[in-house]
Amino acid sequence: MRYIRPLSMEDAVGQLAGSPGTAAILAGGSDLLVRMKGGFVEPDLIVDIKAIDGLAEIRQTAEGFSIGAAVSCALMGESAALKREWPGVVEAAKLIGSKQVQGRCTIVGNLCNASPAADSVPALVAAGARALIVGPGGRRTVAVEAVPTGPGKTSLAKGEIIEAILLDRRGPHSGDAYLRFIPRTEMDIAVVSAGVNLTLDEQGVVKSARVALGAVAPTVLLVEEAAEALIGRKLDEAALERLAKVCSGACRPIDDKRGTVEFRRKVAGVLARRAATTAYARAGDK
Amino acid sequence: MAGVAVSTTINGDNVEYLCQPDETLLDVLRDRLGLTGAKEGCGTGDCGACSIILDDRLVCSCLVLGAEAEGRRVETIEGMAHGDRLHPLQQKFLEHAALQCGVCTPGFLIAAKDLLAKNPDPTEEEIRFGLAGNLCRCTGYDKIVRAVQDAASVMKGA
Repeated sequence: MRYIRPLSMEDAVGQLAGSPGTAAILAGGSDLLVRMKGGFVEPDLIVDIKAIDGLAEIRQTAEGFSIGAAVSCALMGESAALKREWPGVVEAAKLIGSKQVQGRCTIVGNLCNASPAADSVPALVAAGARALIVGPGGRRTVAVEAVPTGPGKTSLAKGEIIEAILLDRRGPHSGDAYLRFIPRTEMDIAVVSAGVNLTLDEQGVVKSARVALGAVAPTVLLVEEAAEALIGRKLDEAALERLAKVCSGACRPIDDKRGTVEFRRKVAGVLARRAATTAYARAGDK
Repeated sequence: MAGVAVSTTINGDNVEYLCQPDETLLDVLRDRLGLTGAKEGCGTGDCGACSIILDDRLVCSCLVLGAEAEGRRVETIEGMAHGDRLHPLQQKFLEHAALQCGVCTPGFLIAAKDLLAKNPDPTEEEIRFGLAGNLCRCTGYDKIVRAVQDAASVMKGA
């Protein structure tokens, strides 16, 4: 096993692409080190990306935000600008793990770990976030929902690294929210979760919407029919009822010790409804 | 496996060590440097017994590689007292009997120190939330929370 800490993205990509054995990217390590400890992975090469210039920064650009792959979730919670523009994304990121884990874990790691129950992913999908990927073939940008392809699996090719997550600049009357159900009050993995992102017009009518559900399918679901249930309406009772029904119907959950299929379906509707209500209130305040 | 040469700062002292690429900072602290205050409870970041402060961030040292400490600042429980003078948190943990077996105690003290550094006047809820990454199977937490509240008031007055 080798540990390297490259100073540039090009070097990191080159080392990963040229590695003959298995290679792992290390940012916060809150998934990787647990998997190494459990004997589930034994990488030949560990590429620590934290020393790469700019990767540990949240940048505000004309287009919006660029959240580097080495930015801890704790740092996201300390960014007033990010919290103001994307409160749902930040509240999802802040739900991951304990304070100790918050100081290390990253949303790029959460995305690439590809757990169906990842907390930040439904919020990012609802937000329309994109992943900036650097690899041997150059740079490409994809929607975050295109990264996980199934539990523990991603669409990233050998040598590719997600450099940053990109979030658009917010227009007026926009708001997002994320909610999850866990049987405890904190420090647990989502049994069901929902992220909702809304933009309203001057009259409070929903102009655009994105609704994502977590832990109810092999990957996070972007439920377009749920967005359609909200668009053109003022989030009246009928719209919320329709949203809940569509979300429950879109679920393809498993039965396990944390929740039954029936329970997950029902709660998906309830959480989508509540997250939509919060997102709507946040959008109305801006 | 080739060793990784690391130069870091631990409790204000410059420290150099060689470690294996897959060796955790917790194992380096305990087995190579003799700093056995941080404990291994779970080894997977769930219990907080190995808590340390790395560049002003509270982290589980079991989820950090020894190699990652290069050029960084590490604070452990061994740096908390000044000689024979206990940190107010340590003193209050004793006075409130906020420990029994003691395995979780270094982690709680480090986590509480980090909490009070960022929030000198926390509510009970903030203390409980801030220490939720640390598990204690003896005290039922109430005595720990009271010790932290008491230490906070002493430290504010100081």
